[in-house]
Parts: sequence; structure tokens; C-alpha cells
Amino acid sequence: MSRSPQNAYPLVVPIVPRTGVRANVFHSKPASSVTTSPVCPVYEVVVPKVALDAISLSYKTTSGERLLALDNISLEVKPGEFLCIVGPSGCGKSTLLHLIAGLCPQTSGKVLVDGTPVSGPGTDRILIFQELGLFPWLTVGGNVEFGMKMKNVSKDEREEKVQYYLRLVHLSKFRESYIHQLSGGMRQRVALARALATEPDVLLMDEPFAALDAQTRDLLHDELERIWAETGCTIIFVTHNVREAARLGDRVVLLTFRPGRVKQEFSVNLSRPRQMEQPDVARTAREILNCLRDEINKSMEEEYADEKIR
Amino acid sequence: MKKFAKQIVFYSALLGIWTLLAKLRIWPPYLFPPPWGVGHALWDGFADHSFWIGIAVTMKRMLIGYSLSVVLGMILGLAVSSNKFLEETLGGLLVSLQSLPSICWIPLAVLWFGLTESAILFVVLMGSLLSVTIAMEDGRKQMPKIYGMAGRNLGASGFRLFWSVLLPASLPFIVNGMKQGWAFAWRSLIQAEMIFLSLGLGQLLMMGRDLSDMNQVMAVMILIVILGYMVDGLIFRTMERRLQEKYGLTPA
Repeated sequence: MSRSPQNAYPLVVPIVPRTGVRANVFHSKPASSVTTSPVCPVYEVVVPKVALDAISLSYKTTSGERLLALDNISLEVKPGEFLCIVGPSGCGKSTLLHLIAGLCPQTSGKVLVDGTPVSGPGTDRILIFQELGLFPWLTVGGNVEFGMKMKNVSKDEREEKVQYYLRLVHLSKFRESYIHQLSGGMRQRVALARALATEPDVLLMDEPFAALDAQTRDLLHDELERIWAETGCTIIFVTHNVREAARLGDRVVLLTFRPGRVKQEFSVNLSRPRQMEQPDVARTAREILNCLRDEINKSMEEEYADEKIR
Repeated sequence: MKKFAKQIVFYSALLGIWTLLAKLRIWPPYLFPPPWGVGHALWDGFADHSFWIGIAVTMKRMLIGYSLSVVLGMILGLAVSSNKFLEETLGGLLVSLQSLPSICWIPLAVLWFGLTESAILFVVLMGSLLSVTIAMEDGRKQMPKIYGMAGRNLGASGFRLFWSVLLPASLPFIVNGMKQGWAFAWRSLIQAEMIFLSLGLGQLLMMGRDLSDMNQVMAVMILIVILGYMVDGLIFRTMERRLQEKYGLTPA
């Protein structure tokens, strides 16, 4: 197995007072605390929450040729980290999430969660789909309850948690509503509550806010950041919006256009809570965008070329 | 309400023409009975309980045969839609078998089961099984894939995935096929009952023929139409509308 030394696993890293930072996120601790190392570094073996080990995926197109979608992707996500994955459309970033969720198998390589290889779906990793996939035949409450029902959680506990998570996303009043009666932003929050109710360690989000208007999106960014801080879960967030990535992520990974490879990684050492309009967020976003632009151009060229042939 | 008024006018006119034609005595009354004769036959039929028994027996067969075909059809449809090999082989056979009018199953059923209740149920089953199977298969294909993925993602698998996700997700797509299955089952049942001597509405109809009692023949025909319409128009259409409202397919 080809494994480059820098992402050898398990990872040995100095303990940065990460949890401390996390707890103080909303007490406006200076950002500098993130970057300063402890005076006397303590080393400990940290098993990454999610590790991708040389993941490749290829599939047959309808015309019969093999298309390489993901090419040798290795990535590690620390427990409690908020990782954003950005890339042009068609770079396979959604597919990557499906792989981690165990919804489809990779061609080669391994997905490890807590050091164990993933062999199928599991409620320790919940994916929020781009199209959400909320069940229209269930009420909001029924949707939130669904995962717990599948886990055979007792009725009393389910009831308690449904109430808790609906309150967390401010939808208590809409418990008995059906999905089609809700606005886009509300549906988004139902999906979030449904995912959180199974109490996953890892939350996988596939461009969840892409279809929303700017104001709703900003509100949901704040809520997501708050919920992330409250639950302490690990989030892998896929987006094509670099601004969003810089606003939310601890780290941003940039994928190349077809086949998807890791092009570059950016750590975002900015204090939380952040705002979309913050100058330093904008600056980080621009940095990522400069790097992304080539890939966008490539994807555009390919798409327009297709158009010309037809 | 306007539609209702139109319907009242239409049916009164129809009844008027019927009365007029009967009064003119163009055809003898034993071939073309007047409305009051048919009304009388209806009244008598219900008064001596023979119509009640007929309806009860027919509906019982219908419920058993149709329920069986729904359960079997769903299993078959599910098998065919989830297995490429079955889809290419059994799927084609099922579609071609659907061109066989269900009355063609009667000789086979009689030879297999004799003139028994099982034979009738078999004919009803075969009448609607294929529609339900094909509806289920189509439903599974038309159903957005996202629901299955979301279900698996939330920890559902096996029978629970089918029961709590795949089935409800494909319901709006299969309800039409279920309705069609019911209509086919209804037709095959009446046909089978006309051949078998075993109570039921079909047999009442044949009894009218045997007695040359045109009044009873028309009374039973009207009964069959009303019953068929009630189930199709009231139960299935209401179900369809409710489903569409709930799933947000039409503005509620």
C-alpha cells in the first residue's frame, strides 16, 4: 500500500488546547490561542475521526469508457474538526461524502472511522444530502424520530430527543407539519435535526445551503456553528462556495477538477463566531479562490466543449 | 354544486327517455323492462336478502383475492425491480402475460381446483396480480433514489427499509396500479361468478338470465356498476387525493 509519510496513521501530534478553544468559542477568546503551541508540548496518539487512505473511484459511463472520478485521495479529519471541502462542480466532492457515509463502495483505498474500515452505512456518520431526502409521508417530528426508531430507541427517549432537537433548530411549533408545508430554510433545519437526532459522531453535509437565499443561509451558518459547538461532533462540509468554506471551516481542502485530487489545504485560524462579511474571512476566501480558479476554468472548458459538440 | 345539478338533470333525462321508450312498447317488456320493473326487482332482491348475500359473498371474495394479489404482487414487483436478471427474464414474461384476459384463467383454475372457492380466488388473484406487480416495479423505478439512500443512511435496512421507506416512498406511484388491479380483479370476479354456481353477484346475474327475468338482470347490472364505482371512485380516488396532498404533489 502506498502511503506517504506525512499522512501516515495513526497521527502523532502535539496537543493543542483545542477543546479549550472550542469551549470558549463564544466568549471571544483571541484567535491567537489557536496557533500558539503549549510551552511544553505533550505528545499523544490521536486517532483521526475519519481517515481516507488512498481513495480512488472510477465508474463506467453509459458510453462504456471508464471514468476516474476520485484519484488517490488521502485525508485525515480530527475529532471535533470542522472540515470544508471545496472544488468545482464535477470534482467528485459529493461522491466522497457518499463513500464516507458507506452508501457506495470505492474502487480502491480505505475509509477509516475511528481506525476501523467502513463497510456500509452506519448511524455514527450521517449524511445530509444536497436534496435533503426528507420523507414527505412523515411529519417534521416523524422525520426527526426516524433514525432513532431504526435504532430501537425507547418511545420515551425518542419523545424527549425529538423535542430537544426540534428546539435546537427552532422548529418546535412545526412538529406536526408536513415537509411540503415548510420553507426551504425550515426544511434544511429539519434535515439537520433529523441527522443530529441519531447523535452521529460525524456529520457529513453536501452543499446543504446552496439553494437558499443569502439571509437564510447566514442565519443557518450561525446556527450550524452554534450546534457544532454544543454537540462537539466532527463535520465534513462540502461546498462550492469558498466564502462559505472560509466562514465555517477549521480547515479547507481544495479538490481538483476531474479526477478529484487534493490540490491544497488551508487552515483557517480565525476566531469564532465568524461572519461572512468579515474582512479576514473574505481574505481567506480570496486566497482559496485564486487557487480554485484554474480548476473552475478547466471544468467550464469541459462543459462548454460538450455543448459545442452537441 | 353546479356539477351536481347537471348530473341530476342528466340522470332524470335518462330515466325519462327510458320510461318513454318503455311506455311506447316498441319492444316487449320482458326484453325492455320499464324503470319501475327494475326498481321493483331491486327492492325484492334486497327484501328477500338475496342481493345482500350476493354483495357480501362477492365483496368477501374480492377482499381476499385482492389482498392476496397485493401482497404477492408487491413481493414479485420488488424482486423484479431489485434484480437485473429477474427484470430481464421474469419481467418480460409478466408483461406478456398481462395481455391474457383473466377469464382465460378459468379453465385452468377449474381443472386445478375444481368448481370451488379456491378456483374463484385464483382467477381474481391472476386478474390483478400482474397489474400490481408491474405497478410496484414501476413505482420502485420512478421513486426518487434519494429516499432509499436517506433511509439506509439513517440506519434502516432489510424489511424495515422496505416497510418504512421504500413502500411509502413509492406509494404515490403505485396507487394508480393498485386501482387498476382492483378494476381487473372486479371484472374477473364477476366473470368467474357467472360461470361458477356459487352465490355472488355474477351468479344472480346468470340466474336472471336463466329465469328470463330481465328486471333482475338489469337490477344486478346496476348493482355491479354502483359497487364498482363506489370502490373505485370513492375509496381509491380519495386515497389518491389524500396521498397527493400529504406528499405535496398538489397544493393542499
